[in-house]
Order: sequence, then structure tokens, then C-alpha cells
Amino acid sequence: MKLTKLTAVAVAATMALGTVTASADLVFPSLSYRTGPYAPNGIPFADGYADYFTLLNERDGGIGGVPIRMIECETGYNTEKGVECYESTKGEGSLVYQPLSTGITYQLIPKATADGIPVHSMGYGRTSAANGAVFSNIFNYPGTYWDAASIIVKHVSDLESGDLNGKKIALVYHNSAYGKEPIRTLEELSKKHGFELSLLAVDHPGQEQKSQWLQIRRERPDYVLMWGWGVMNQVAIQEAANIRYPMDQFIGIWWSASENDVIPAGDGANGYKAVTFHGVGADFGVYDDLKKHVVDTGKTAGDGSNLGTVLYNRGMYAAMLASEAAATAQKIHGVGDITPQQMRDGMEALKVDQARMTELGLKDFGPEINVSCANHGGPGLGAIQQWDASSSSWSLITDFVEADRDVVDALIAEDSAAFAAENNITPRDCG
Amino acid sequence: MFYRESGDFKTSYAADQQTFPIRFDRWAIGLVCAFAFLVMPFLINDYWEKSVLLPFLVWAMAALGLNILTGYCGQVSLGTGGFMAVGAYASYKLTTSFPELNLFIVILLSGGVTATVGILFGLPSLRIKGFYLAVATLAAQFFLVWLFNKVPWFYNYSASGMITAPERTMLGIAISGPNSPPWATYLFCLVIVVFFAVIAKNLTRGRIGRSWMAIRDMDIAAEIIGVAPLKAKLSAFAISSFYIGVSGAMFFMVYLGAAEPTEAFGIDKSFLVLFMIIIGGLGSIFGSFVGAAFMTLMPVLFKNIMVGGLGWPTDLVSHIIFMLIGGLIMFFLIVEPHGLAQLWRVTKEKLRLWPFPH
Repeated sequence: MKLTKLTAVAVAATMALGTVTASADLVFPSLSYRTGPYAPNGIPFADGYADYFTLLNERDGGIGGVPIRMIECETGYNTEKGVECYESTKGEGSLVYQPLSTGITYQLIPKATADGIPVHSMGYGRTSAANGAVFSNIFNYPGTYWDAASIIVKHVSDLESGDLNGKKIALVYHNSAYGKEPIRTLEELSKKHGFELSLLAVDHPGQEQKSQWLQIRRERPDYVLMWGWGVMNQVAIQEAANIRYPMDQFIGIWWSASENDVIPAGDGANGYKAVTFHGVGADFGVYDDLKKHVVDTGKTAGDGSNLGTVLYNRGMYAAMLASEAAATAQKIHGVGDITPQQMRDGMEALKVDQARMTELGLKDFGPEINVSCANHGGPGLGAIQQWDASSSSWSLITDFVEADRDVVDALIAEDSAAFAAENNITPRDCG
Repeated sequence: MFYRESGDFKTSYAADQQTFPIRFDRWAIGLVCAFAFLVMPFLINDYWEKSVLLPFLVWAMAALGLNILTGYCGQVSLGTGGFMAVGAYASYKLTTSFPELNLFIVILLSGGVTATVGILFGLPSLRIKGFYLAVATLAAQFFLVWLFNKVPWFYNYSASGMITAPERTMLGIAISGPNSPPWATYLFCLVIVVFFAVIAKNLTRGRIGRSWMAIRDMDIAAEIIGVAPLKAKLSAFAISSFYIGVSGAMFFMVYLGAAEPTEAFGIDKSFLVLFMIIIGGLGSIFGSFVGAAFMTLMPVLFKNIMVGGLGWPTDLVSHIIFMLIGGLIMFFLIVEPHGLAQLWRVTKEKLRLWPFPH
């Protein structure tokens, strides 16, 4: 039984290492992916997330005087590894999970709810989790995929001076839970506005898109929307440039809009648009502090090359919202070393107004956030950003506008009711 | 000295034909099973359940299935991921259509559904062999995953195409869903895997297993001595698919609880199981377990040592693991091309002679 013994030893070692005692600190796990086909997008986000917590530790000594401990765990955007990461970190008192993957979020929704740990899927995950009455532990503020879909359609409609009747819109999407998420909303919107919707699925990892773009070339849709992630984004933008599709009619979700996605296509990507829920660039006060406390002291999580990029900003924003929620929880419960349950209360009572944003060095970075028991989806505002290839920068070309709440809210109510019925959940009374 | 046959006399045909003829083997397996059934349920926690034991059991089941087809019957298959998807979606459809159905029955029925699909995709094996058959089963892999993505009926028209396992209880204890205690899910899978491992062991020792091996070793000779290739090949496809279907159903219902076809049942899963049986040993039940343990537990072990123990950066570790596992696979295959099971067989021979080798 030599080999069985070997396995037994291996297994014993795993167990010994898997259990580490928790001390008085705030644990924020970072389920990141720095390897695999999604790494180009995973790295800047993970860096931003880590650097902001480092900044808080260095500058303020943590949150409310309690130091932050961030545990990083590599998921490779893979759900099984994501589950392993969740199980290995939850025992350390993890306060909130941000897996940056819709697939992993779907895995964690029932598990984390049963364990009483909140999940913040910021602008991804299951859209109907916006209904806090059903999804007590899941948050997706400040906006959802369905908000995004409706904001893009609104923008398109503005370009067509309000009339989309008979227009053709194609959706190029990642063939997974993530990519399929907006379809239902777009179908509703196509009924409402009278445009014709065609769906083009791209399989994981998305390097092969010739046939999809051939179809676009043939059908000549008036607009192409994209729900892509990882290498799929770069390939799609390159393909669009190759068939000379007009870039200002090609609009991505906020996950298909980082520098990594557009730079490989060079000048061809000029004019590419995407929806976003926060500001762009490095022109914010917080970057001075980051430079002073993190970059200059050599404490950056990555190689420091991602500062100011879209996904770095987003990772930082995610960390900022998490730390604000932790601070709120500390205030509500009057303790420094909060538990995941208290963190959940903090997230549900989270308020970040412009005054607070300015204080944090993020003036006009994003819309005000006001989470409530019933609404975990946040304000649902989005703006359109556009890529300028000559200066290699994004700029916001619209204000933050509201989604078509009639359509989105009805769909959220329907989908969350179906989830509640399937899982025997009685919606909470949110007063 | 410790591992010996002397004094182990057989006085009846039944004793002579028993599954494990050496007393020491029986003791060892008995002890491992006793530990797995009686001790482990008390030690288990969430991490052990979700990261170590359930993946091991689920993949061992899949490896058993593929070993029957490839290892015993010699039919190369790259459709394992697709067949696991059939098992998973069958269990989802069954349990959502008949919520009161016992989970054991759901999982066995899912195996049955997969067996039917397996026979269907096994039909080409009567005409084509080797690499050509591998390509035909590859078609099954892509077709099945495409099907579960394309037809909304399979995922009950959910918005994202994701299937989620509802909570199902047995004797009042949740087996699937987030509230299931770790020991319950573990025991549930363990019972299934041990039961079917014993069945597989005996199948391969009996008439049907011998007909598979005859086909594997030389199909024309087998046909001449009276083995019907149609029956042998299709029964191998059916039984193998049954095992893989059961493993897919456990993978979805008990282990993960949510799945989408492209990611959970992609082509990489087919290769993973194929690697398991190649590392473990083709044509060996024990090898299926060792191969599954090697491929599922090694990465977790290395990750815990390097990230948890040594505190290295996670991306570096995941790259090292990639290389390390690849290196280990090459090392073991160079040292013993017939897999870890053969390594054990050789050790066993040596132990039987020790300390007096001739």
C-alpha cells in the first residue's frame, strides 16, 4: 500500500496546512486570476484590489484601526478552483468574496448564503441578485448586466435620434453564464424598440471568431454589442478592425473595455466604445497617496505597470467599496474586528456620496451609492466611454445615465421570484 | 515477510476464485474501507469535502468508467466530458421534474440515460478503430456540449444557461444544495463509488470482462474464438458511459451544485480523465483510483505547500504546479510506462519474495 500511504501523507499535509488560526484583523480574500486566458484582465484588477488595501494599511493602519489581511488565491477563472479557494479561505474569517467571475459567483451564491458570508459581484454575477429581499447575502452594486444592456441600447437609440425600428443589432457574447446574461433583457428591449437582435456565441476561450465576424460582415448589423472577457476581447476588436466594421458602432460591456483589449488592434480600434460604471484615467487624488505609500515604497502587488488602467481602477474601486462597507459595519455594530455577518449589514447600509468620494480622493469617479435591503443592485447608472488610439486613452463621452428601469426591474422581479420558488426562499420583508 | 502467501491455503473453489486471493490484500483493503467509512466522516470538514474527497471520488468514478472502455476494451474515447454532461443534465432534469425522487435513484437513472447515449455514440466503433474512433468520440464531446448550450429545455429556460442543483434530502439529511453536511455528501459518494468499484472489479474478472480484453488484444482472433464484437464493444460503451454518467451526476448534484456545459464539461475534462487512466494504469481498477488521486490531489497539495506553507505568489505557484505536474507525469511514465498500478504490481512481487529473493 505504498502509494495509498503516500496519498495519506499528502492528504495529512494538506489538512495541517489548510487550517490557520484567525487573529484580530480584517480578512479580505482576493480570488484572482493571474494565469490562463483571462489573466490579461485578471491581473490589473487583482493589482488594484491589493494595492488599495496596502494603501489603507500603510496610510491609515487598516480600517478603523484594525489592520487588513488580504489572502490571494488563484482561480484561473475556473469554477472548481474557485470553490477550492472559497473553502480554503472562508475559515479564516473572510469578510466578503469578490470572485470576478460570473461562473464562480453562481457557485458561491448558495454556499456563501448558507455560510452567512456576503458576496459582492460588482457589475457581474447573477443580475437578479439585485433583489435583496431574495438574495440576502449577494450584492452587485453599482450596476448590473441588465442595466448595462439597457444603457447601451439607450445610447444607440440616442445616436439614431430615438428611433430603432427596423435596425439590426448583433450581440457577440462569451458562450457562458456571463455572456448569456444580457440576452433576456436585449430580447425585451428589442420588442419594445422594434430592433432586430441577432446572437453570436463565441466559445471559451474565444480565440477563434472568424465565422462570427464573417456573419457580421454578411449581415451588416447597424450595431454590434459585445459581452466578452479575456483574450476574446482582443480578438473580437481585431476582427472588427479587419472587416473594417465602423468602431463607433461597436459597443462593449464594461468588462470588454480595458487598455489590454484595444491596444493590440492599434489604430484599428480607434473609436471603440464601451459602457462603464466609473471614471477613467489616473487623474484622481487617491493616486498621489498610492504613489507615496505604495509605489514609492515598493509595495505594489504587481509590477506597478497597471496603475490608472481601467481594470486597475475597477479593482481599486471594488476594494474601496469593500472597505467603506467594513467601516459602515464597524459603526453600526461598534466593534473593530467585524464578522462576515456584520460586514453584510455594513454592505446593506452602505452610502457613498460625492462628499465622501472627494474625501477618499476619488472626486467624480463614480455615481453615488446607496444600498438598501431591497436594492442590492445600486444606482444602476452607466456612462459610455470611447477609445482614442492616438493618445491611447479612454474618455467618457456621455454623462452617467439611468437604465430603463421599467424593463430591468420587471425582469429582476421575475427572475428572482423564480429563484426563490426553486430554492424555497421566502423573500425578506424590506419594509 | 509481512506480505506473503505461504500458509494462505485455499480449500474450496469459491475461496480460490475470490476477488482478492491474498489475505494481506484483503486486510489492507478492509482497513482502508473501514477508515473511509467509519473514521473519515468524523474528521471531515468543508474544505476536505469540497477540495479533496469529493473531487477524488467523482473523478475516480469517471476514471473507472473510462478504464472499462479504454483500458479493458481498447476503445479510445475523448467523449468523457460530454458523457459527464449527459449525466449531469439528466440528473438535473430528473430531479427538477420529479422532486420527490430519491437522489440515489436519480443518479442511477442518470447513469442509465448516459448509457443509452453512450451506445449511440459507440456504434461507429463497430466500423472504425484507434485514432479514428477517438475522433468520432471527439464529435460526441462537442455535439453534446453544443446541445446543452443550444436547447433551453435542458437548463429549464434559465436566463444564463446555468443549472443549479436544488436541495434534495435523504432520511431528512440534505445531500445536495448548500446546506448539506460534509459527511453526508462524502458518504453518499463513497457508497456509490465503492459499490461500483466492486462491480467493475468483478465484471472485469468475469465472462464479459474477458470478452472485452479479447477484443482489446486482437479483435479478429477474438471474433474467431466466438466473441461477438457487437456485444462486447457496445456493452463496454454502455457500462463505461453508465459510470461516467453517474460521475457527471455526482459532479453536478453533490460536488459543485451549479454548472454550465462549456466550462464544466469541456474537452479538457475528457483529457483529464484520459490522463488519469494513463498515469494510473490502463486496465486496472486500482489504477483508476491512483490516477484520479494523482491528478486531483497533487495540484491541491502543491498549492497548499507553496502558497500556504512557503507563502509564494499565487501566479508563480500556479505556473510551477503546471510544470511540476507535467514533469511528474513524464517521470512516472518513463519509469513505468504501464502506469502507477504496474509500479505497485512490481512492488508487490518484490514484497512477496522479500527478504529471500531467489
